[in-house]
Amino acid sequence: MAKIVLARPRHSNPEGKRKGHVTIGIVAIQGDFAAHAAILQELGAETVEVRKVRDLEGCDGIVLPGGESTTQLQFLKEEGLFDAIRKFSRKGGAIFGTCAGAILLASEVRNPPQESLGLLDMTVLRNGYGRQLASDVFYGPSTLKQEPLEMVFIRGPIIEEVGEDVTVLARHEGKAALVEKGNILVATFHPELTDDTTVHEHFLQMAVKGTAKAAMAR
Amino acid sequence: MQAKKPNGSGNGHGGKAKGSNEWRVKVGLAEMLKGGVIMDVTNAEQARIAEKAGACAVMALERVPSDIRKEGGVARMASIKVIREIMKTVTIPVMAKVRIGHFSEAEVLQALEVDFIDESEVLTPADEENHIWKHDYRVPFVCGARNLGEAVRRIAEGAAMIRTKGEAGSGNVVEAVRHMRTIVSQMKKLTTLRDDELMREAKEMGAPLDLIREIAKTGKLPVPNFSAGGIATPADAALVRKLGAEAVFVGSGIFKSSDPDARAKAIVKATTHFEDPKAILEACEELGEAMPGIDVRQLEEKDLLSTRGW
Repeated sequence: MAKIVLARPRHSNPEGKRKGHVTIGIVAIQGDFAAHAAILQELGAETVEVRKVRDLEGCDGIVLPGGESTTQLQFLKEEGLFDAIRKFSRKGGAIFGTCAGAILLASEVRNPPQESLGLLDMTVLRNGYGRQLASDVFYGPSTLKQEPLEMVFIRGPIIEEVGEDVTVLARHEGKAALVEKGNILVATFHPELTDDTTVHEHFLQMAVKGTAKAAMAR
Repeated sequence: MQAKKPNGSGNGHGGKAKGSNEWRVKVGLAEMLKGGVIMDVTNAEQARIAEKAGACAVMALERVPSDIRKEGGVARMASIKVIREIMKTVTIPVMAKVRIGHFSEAEVLQALEVDFIDESEVLTPADEENHIWKHDYRVPFVCGARNLGEAVRRIAEGAAMIRTKGEAGSGNVVEAVRHMRTIVSQMKKLTTLRDDELMREAKEMGAPLDLIREIAKTGKLPVPNFSAGGIATPADAALVRKLGAEAVFVGSGIFKSSDPDARAKAIVKATTHFEDPKAILEACEELGEAMPGIDVRQLEEKDLLSTRGW
């Protein structure tokens, strides 16, 4: 029986992966995945919209975008992406989550408790600032650049606690807002909704490092 | 050091212009809803079902459009008690509808702190000449449109999201298709025109030139473009997505069907996998009866909801 391919991953470069280029898979279940794609392409990366496990093939990094974590979690489980993403992380692949993505990556979720990938040792409080009326743009100190980092919060979560070996890269009102550990990067705000590419540049460096490490291990 | 930019919001009278922080977080929430399904619900129990099925937001209203159509009378903003219960029940954003031009209903909903307001033709209009000046609010608004001129007028008034009007409560996708095709083809046309022709186009559409020029440059609306009005099946949702809708509103389609839970889930699945027919097939597999549909051509002018507002 001939195999019929009904849908192919949507690659930003139709010829497929170019040699020497970083390819980032953006989980495109729901949310602002297109905003991440635009900023990563601007930085010279290839992007793939990820809706099925097979879309992850050839990716050097994964982005979990903003959106609704309850909706996204259901799809991740149903499509087998939940386990595939954890496997990707175990192999050292870089993963970047913003807002809903941060909730999905946390080891513990509160308000209310929710299942998560548990790839970063931290506790997050969903809708930590309140409803949409509390959404706003702030500027806070960051170790990634000298000037304050622009942070767009939209019904964002609050990171209540982080594990000892988690590095805080930026803070808002004293609370960690951008953190990393190893191959995992998490923002409770939306760098993809600004013109500042600092955070995404940092993630692309992580993705290159992760892929190099995986290649050495092979 | 936690500096806030001077044009940041806070008092509701701060920077409202395009590019202001207030405008960015309004459109930002609309961005977060892309690729998802927003479901009409009339009580907390339905809201719970919607959230469980994967809705990215719920729309609180008194009666679903098909009941409004059947029962007639004046349709108003939903009861505060019901909206509050829904807000307490789910963690996803809660939207609620106000009558066209009824800025007092909008003020009440903002005081209640709903996440999004729909100035909707589904409710009985309160003002037949004027829509709400939506820049005055910190809560984002969504408005319906049948064509690009209408969409741009609403954006100029401050709408942070546009949806097709379709024909709500009809279970018939034909008007949503017509409106989405019209908006998309009008935008495409703008990208081919010279500057002098754009002025003529702005005049004919009755829409502000600056927004017309911006759309001519980008080929798309400056705010997310969703679809609503008559979507009743997973394939309907996939159809409007393929025609350009970035997300889908489902009104009567879910809770007027024989199997709300399964149908809600199936429509969510088809909306995400709209380019994957096999996934849509899987979504349709176990479904029962869709809501009963109405031939829009048999409706009299007075029974049409999409002609409310301009």
